[in-house]
Amino acid sequence: MSSLTQEYITEKLQSKFEGAIQSIEMLHDFLTITVEKSSLKSIMKFLHDDESLNFHFLTTLCGLHFPDQAAQFGMMYQLHNMPANFRIRIKSFTNDSEPVFDTMSDIWPAANWQERETHDFYGFRFHGHPDMRRILNMDSLVGWPMRKEFPLEDPFRGDKDDKMFGR
Amino acid sequence: MSENNQKLEGFEGPGFLATSLDKAVGMARKNSIWPLPFATSCCGIEFMATMASTYDFGRFGAERLSFSPRQADLLMVMGTISKKMGPVLRQVYEQMAEPKWVIAVGACASTGGIFDTYSVLQGIDRIIPVDVYVPGCPPRPEQIIDGVLKIQELVQNESLRRRNSPEYQELLASYGIE
Amino acid sequence: MNSNKEILKEKEYTILNLGPTHPATHGIFQNVMKMDGELIVEAQPTIGYIHRAFEKLAERRPYNQITPITDRLNYCSSPINNMGWHMTVEKLAGIEIPKRVQYLRVIIMELARIADHIICNSVIGVDSGAMTGFLYVFQWREFIYEIYEELCGARLTTNIGRIGGLERDFTPLAWEKIHKLLKEFPEGLKEFENLLVRNRIFMDRTINCGPITAERALQYGFTGPNLRAAGVDYDVRVMNPYSGYEDFTFDIPLGTNGDTYDRFMVREQEMWQSLSIIRQAVEKLDKMEDKTTFHADVPNFFLPEKEDVYNTMEGLIYHFKIVMGETEMPKGEVYHAVEGGNGELGFYLVSDGGRTPYRLHFRRPCFIYYQAYPEMVKGAFLSDAILTMSSMNVIAGELDA
Repeated sequence: MSSLTQEYITEKLQSKFEGAIQSIEMLHDFLTITVEKSSLKSIMKFLHDDESLNFHFLTTLCGLHFPDQAAQFGMMYQLHNMPANFRIRIKSFTNDSEPVFDTMSDIWPAANWQERETHDFYGFRFHGHPDMRRILNMDSLVGWPMRKEFPLEDPFRGDKDDKMFGR
Repeated sequence: MSENNQKLEGFEGPGFLATSLDKAVGMARKNSIWPLPFATSCCGIEFMATMASTYDFGRFGAERLSFSPRQADLLMVMGTISKKMGPVLRQVYEQMAEPKWVIAVGACASTGGIFDTYSVLQGIDRIIPVDVYVPGCPPRPEQIIDGVLKIQELVQNESLRRRNSPEYQELLASYGIE
Repeated sequence: MNSNKEILKEKEYTILNLGPTHPATHGIFQNVMKMDGELIVEAQPTIGYIHRAFEKLAERRPYNQITPITDRLNYCSSPINNMGWHMTVEKLAGIEIPKRVQYLRVIIMELARIADHIICNSVIGVDSGAMTGFLYVFQWREFIYEIYEELCGARLTTNIGRIGGLERDFTPLAWEKIHKLLKEFPEGLKEFENLLVRNRIFMDRTINCGPITAERALQYGFTGPNLRAAGVDYDVRVMNPYSGYEDFTFDIPLGTNGDTYDRFMVREQEMWQSLSIIRQAVEKLDKMEDKTTFHADVPNFFLPEKEDVYNTMEGLIYHFKIVMGETEMPKGEVYHAVEGGNGELGFYLVSDGGRTPYRLHFRRPCFIYYQAYPEMVKGAFLSDAILTMSSMNVIAGELDA
């Protein structure tokens, strides 16, 4: 199992998912693969189910928002193969204004709350998720807080003097 | 100027002490405050340290922590209160029986602390009236005890009629509490 | 004694609301439980009562101002969070840390781990009725606080260390206190162990209370003592060593069936292992010739000495840029994980070259493994549910961030 290397993985993925791989890079010794959104679920399932790849552990996932790019909303998943001690990062971007991604919670139950958190922060919907609702913020909050256009501070407080804060 | 007196003043004789009712009640109340520790975050851990043997909060009469609001005298709010938690805090305050006091421990409870964000309530005095504020992030146990000693001063010197007075009713009305 | 019985027929159930303010839930989270008498049929957790928007806040603050935020994640062991963040930034900027600084950081992190496990284990005792253990062992946590005060000035939310090293060298008083801890804490820990470890009542209450299999734990993304109690030996310090951990020898205690007693014992044994690591670090530092470095030589990240600031042009400019948060950070994205008190605490940092991070995501172990709680308490008594929750060491700050 210690034969899992960057070349092996990229070769396997390229051979199976020809057109869906958009880029493969090593960022600070971390294999990062950007894929097309439509094949994201099947690539992730392949990484989990295939015996030689065996990425059985989902370390983390989060949403990304790059308003300057054309494909502005994205998801980042990090997987870990513990016996071979290999970590991999999968990213996928879309330019929909209301993105819908496929859920990963049927492959890794750990993704359940993390996808709810991403929904809470960015407004992405996850197709097939058992319980898609806000988790950390109040249910009555309007807007998606982690998007770049949402302000950090409470816009309704009346006691902060803008002049003193240099605004 | 009100002080934290340890000795009850009055007319003394062999086997009796004549004093006014509110002084006697004040002394009894101040030495047996039952706190409700509403500990949400890091200040809660400093409260645990205050309750432990090194700083021993129990020697001020607060050995019996009450988690039921009906049986508590002092609401100690320790930690950040977010807007989601606001209604819960308000309900706990309303369920407490008079006389009740509130102490805001830590920067987050007093003014929102370092978290000037959309989800954090910028100070609990936006929803409930507060008697003593203890600044610090988190405050040392000695500071928390100092805050409670100030509460004891307030308790001792409070008039027995205060809770029915129009000023107090006005204060509650300004927070929207009946 | 537990009876994880299967609930077979439809009955009338009561709905019980456990929290958000409850004496036994250490932290603010709510569980709405469907109960069949004393047994729990289903639990629905609600969290977010202390959501302070760390990830959004981090996008507004320069890199050295984010350390106080990381403090408040797992506030029982804040130095580990701080060091993890500093190591993430050092990875992004490509800063190489000298060996002495790495070993000093290891001492600080292991002290924090001991402090965190002290709280968790004594609170498991308190929740099952044994208040004495808490009072005995908290005095040792106060002693660790004294060591932190000597190193950085604060007790709980330490903001310890700087990007590029530590803010000052360990003072002789700090060394004295560390030696005193190494000499006297084993006795104190043994005292605590004698109270609970072979205590018939404690064992009856905690064995088979909230078990989870290794399979299920891995699927739920468990890490840290909770995963090790289920039998999987995953420890970030061994798997992806950082800060010199590859030079230390220590065991990884494992449990068998992932119940509360195993979690308690794993944390207990980890405290002994942490003590041994601190001892090894002190020995290694004694043998090293270098006895003065406490930071890497990176003038654009680490504040220069005051003599340089007042007398040289470069010192003045570096000081100004660092304090105003205008240091140049390279573009890139990096992920760094450390072994926190609860497992793999990860920092995913995306930088676009500006003075603040573009995106900072915290991989918070508590948030991920708390998802498994409804499954762990299904069919258990209510009192076992309380013990399971406190043995999982759910820290509200890390849960909600």
